[in-house]
Amino acid sequence: MAIIYTSAEEIKGNIIQIKSEESFFGEKVIIEQDGIIKNGQVIAIDNDLVYIQVFEGTFGFSLNNIRVRLTKEPFLLNLSPDIVGRVFDGLGRPIDGLGEIYGGVRKNINTPAINPIFRDYPKGFVQTGISSIDLLITLVRGQKLPIFSVEGIFHDKLAIQIVSQSKIYENNEFYESTSVLENDKYPIDEDNYIVFAGIGLKFDTYNFFKNSFMEIGNTNIVTFLNLALSPVSERLLIPRVALTAAEYLAFDLGKNVIVIMTDMTSYCEAMRELSATRGEIPGRKGYPSYMYSDLSSIYERAGIIKGKRGSLTLIPILTMPAGDITHPIADLTGFITEGQIVLSNNFKYPHISILPSLSRLMKDAIGSGKTTKEHPVIAKKIFEAYSKVGYARDLAQIIGEDELSNEDKLYIKFGMEFENVLLKQDYTENRSIYSTISIAKELLRIIEDE
Amino acid sequence: MKKTATVKGINGTVVKAVGFSIMGEMVHIGEKKLLGEVVEISKYIIIQVFEDTTGLKEGDEIFGTGSPLSLTLGPGLMGGVFDGMGRNLKYRGEFLDVGIFKDITNKWKLDILVKEGDEILENTTVAVISETSLIKHYIMSPFSGKVSSINFQEEYDKSDTLLLLETKKSIREIKLQITWPVKIPRPTKNKEELKIPLITGQRVIDSLFPIALGGTAAIPGGFGTGKTMTMHQIAKYAHADILIYIGCGERGNEIKGILDDFEKLKDPKTNNSLMEKTIIIANTSNMPVSSREASIYTGVTIAEYYRDMGYNVVLIADSTSRFAEGLRELSGRLREMPAEEGYPAYLSARLANFYERAGFFKNLNGSYGSITIMGTVSPQGGDMNDTVTLNTKRYVRCFWELDRALAYSRHFPAINYLNSYSEYVEDFNEWYIKNSSSDFLKNREKLINILISQKKLEDIVKLIGEDVLHDSQKLVLIIGEIIKKGFLSQNALSKKDSYTSLEIQNKFVQIILYLYERASSLVDMYIPVSIMKKQGIFTKIMNMKESDYTYSIDLNYYFNDIDSFYNKLAQEYEQVWQ
Repeated sequence: MAIIYTSAEEIKGNIIQIKSEESFFGEKVIIEQDGIIKNGQVIAIDNDLVYIQVFEGTFGFSLNNIRVRLTKEPFLLNLSPDIVGRVFDGLGRPIDGLGEIYGGVRKNINTPAINPIFRDYPKGFVQTGISSIDLLITLVRGQKLPIFSVEGIFHDKLAIQIVSQSKIYENNEFYESTSVLENDKYPIDEDNYIVFAGIGLKFDTYNFFKNSFMEIGNTNIVTFLNLALSPVSERLLIPRVALTAAEYLAFDLGKNVIVIMTDMTSYCEAMRELSATRGEIPGRKGYPSYMYSDLSSIYERAGIIKGKRGSLTLIPILTMPAGDITHPIADLTGFITEGQIVLSNNFKYPHISILPSLSRLMKDAIGSGKTTKEHPVIAKKIFEAYSKVGYARDLAQIIGEDELSNEDKLYIKFGMEFENVLLKQDYTENRSIYSTISIAKELLRIIEDE
Repeated sequence: MKKTATVKGINGTVVKAVGFSIMGEMVHIGEKKLLGEVVEISKYIIIQVFEDTTGLKEGDEIFGTGSPLSLTLGPGLMGGVFDGMGRNLKYRGEFLDVGIFKDITNKWKLDILVKEGDEILENTTVAVISETSLIKHYIMSPFSGKVSSINFQEEYDKSDTLLLLETKKSIREIKLQITWPVKIPRPTKNKEELKIPLITGQRVIDSLFPIALGGTAAIPGGFGTGKTMTMHQIAKYAHADILIYIGCGERGNEIKGILDDFEKLKDPKTNNSLMEKTIIIANTSNMPVSSREASIYTGVTIAEYYRDMGYNVVLIADSTSRFAEGLRELSGRLREMPAEEGYPAYLSARLANFYERAGFFKNLNGSYGSITIMGTVSPQGGDMNDTVTLNTKRYVRCFWELDRALAYSRHFPAINYLNSYSEYVEDFNEWYIKNSSSDFLKNREKLINILISQKKLEDIVKLIGEDVLHDSQKLVLIIGEIIKKGFLSQNALSKKDSYTSLEIQNKFVQIILYLYERASSLVDMYIPVSIMKKQGIFTKIMNMKESDYTYSIDLNYYFNDIDSFYNKLAQEYEQVWQ
């Protein structure tokens, strides 16, 4: 029988203190007040004082009118194949009015780290149908590749375009060893599974995602939702809850899962807010010093596990405050994730700024047997050429375009064409990797004909 | 194990307790026996836990071990992957659970090298094991004394007694394994001067900024500058007996990538798998932060153990920034007063403790061994003046700065040739004269001068265009480009280009400088650079690193080519003038 405490010692921000000697670190706590049930978690213990963080906020609490119940278990999530198509809140409770999830398994939302030697190195090509990504910043099955965005551009549209067009190609040792597939270029014929975590979303943005998911007709979507108006501390759990569901789909049910998380900036801000409430010593820009470890405990859950069928590909979206790529959120994310897709409002949709973007895993997912033999060489040439374009443009601004050497003029022409033909792409346009490569070859002719 | 204290409070990975404890002691906490280290004894005992503390509660029991955080050293390390505490990852599940794990050990066959009655000194080799196809593992006696009896067995377990040793005070059992506290350097007889370069096969390092055998280097670079790739290249090709790779707070896939790579890669000398001479310490970013700190010490202690056997060990710590951030995180949790950028005031001292364990040593048993330490630094926001970079710079003598601009233009390794330095290079002069080329330092100077002038000229060109330059200056631009693209940039994915021996590197430098010299005399004859360009020799030299000729025939071929280029133009123009 669970013990119930009827008084608190202190209430401060979203944290309450109770006197108890029974509680354990990380335990889930239920708090009841005037018939309203709220969830909390033990975040520190000091002698007989237990610090509980309340996810729905402490507004209306007083020291004596609450009932605190220790559940004797950590945060667990109910999971069964029925979660597909459903909408949950940040704590994993259904909010679509279709009832609770029964049966299945219960999983701790904090999984221990994946043993690195049991990982499978991601090598499967993912065709997103977006030329600039496929050619130059290739997404790989099981990769964590964030989108660094800025305010005022359509990164949500880009996210939708990626998930709706993505074709995942498998190439991992599991299949090689069991030789289920002769041809490693074989795309998975069933739909990908999408886990969507909206963290501190504006209502309009949520609507956009909801409508878009309906439009693309993929029903294999699990949505976790925390709106801008929802409690802030719930934002700290939602990425973990969503990833637990994704891990279940990927590693227990063997599906290929793409997780979209937006916006990680809201997550980090919630972390900062909580850290300040707890009176912790602030690190860079007021963010807590453990932000790196905390973010990695989220991002590192992406991947492929040896001998298991599924994969977990993670695309977190974050807005760089004032477009600053050296801001702690972007900086630390970049150090954990395997590359980044940087967006900029200097470019037309899909807004991808090629030079600072990178996919660290692409070299093993492209080339002969994966895409085409010439892909690596062409990608390298395009990168080299395009990095010279900026220089030629700077020069043109100073001395005027007419005064440029012939070579520089060609680079300026190449730059224009590259941005208008290859980079620029319509929201509904789905280009295969083969047509992307032939466009790229055509472009390279501009500078190679000199 | 007996109970020595009781848990009173928990905050993240910091546990407060009451009872008895020793400063620095390793303890086991609670039912799951989580590993922890005592970091403070005041009103409470403060313990830093190396694992996830979820599930701990007030009143949980704490068991003291009576000794500081230590590592078991013995056969079986080579080729293994360990976490920051030295626990073998092979014997754990897909997801890392917490607590104590039984280390499954092999049985070893060994050759005993001493006989009864022998007087031996500390660290004398008493037996030898073929640990892998590449590495012989020497069992060293941790004490001096007289061998009183030998225990002969067909095969030995790590914990079996090998012999009994009569020391001055008592009789000691000598086993195959020893334990050693990770934070205390293993003793040596003498630290020697560093006069020999460590060849890495990477041209920008060996020819411009060489590192000493037993030296220290820092590799700072923001994300996306090819830091990891550069490290891999060094790991693969450096001329060392043993490689220890510490993945400290890095990505899980990266560790897996290294493991896959090294298993497939062949050691250039013996054609065996590179893993046969490699030890990986893998503490990925999502493993507990306190063992991230420990991983650095674990790595360097293992390095010292093999150094004592007389090996040259290269230790790569990737990345020391994650180590420093780990310190900061823990310091914050202990509510210590922060210094610069929130890092604890002892950051600098800790870095010194780590880098100073590098060196070329005369060991207690008379053998020579070395530890070369290379640490990557991930500067916050790519800022080279960040706290960790600056503090690291004080203790390393090689600085290979990775440059984002070079990386963006896909120039790899993106080591900035103007801001990087090596303090060792002058010390190697004697070695170069004996083993390489007597002009090494002179030629290096020339290369650097060309690069510096090229940079200056590029700035001018940016402002006013190339047309106004004198032909001799245009030539510097071209030669500079050849040095950058044809020599310094090296393609890790190309079989031919991935590794270049020092001998061929010297030849490349001589060829480029010869081309510069010949072309300069043509400029003196008023032959325009634009005409020279049409001869194709510049492109040819620029591509020599990738050319089949380079590795199949004598490189003098290129000198002849340059000569015929020179003669042809010189003759043509002589006729014109006449």
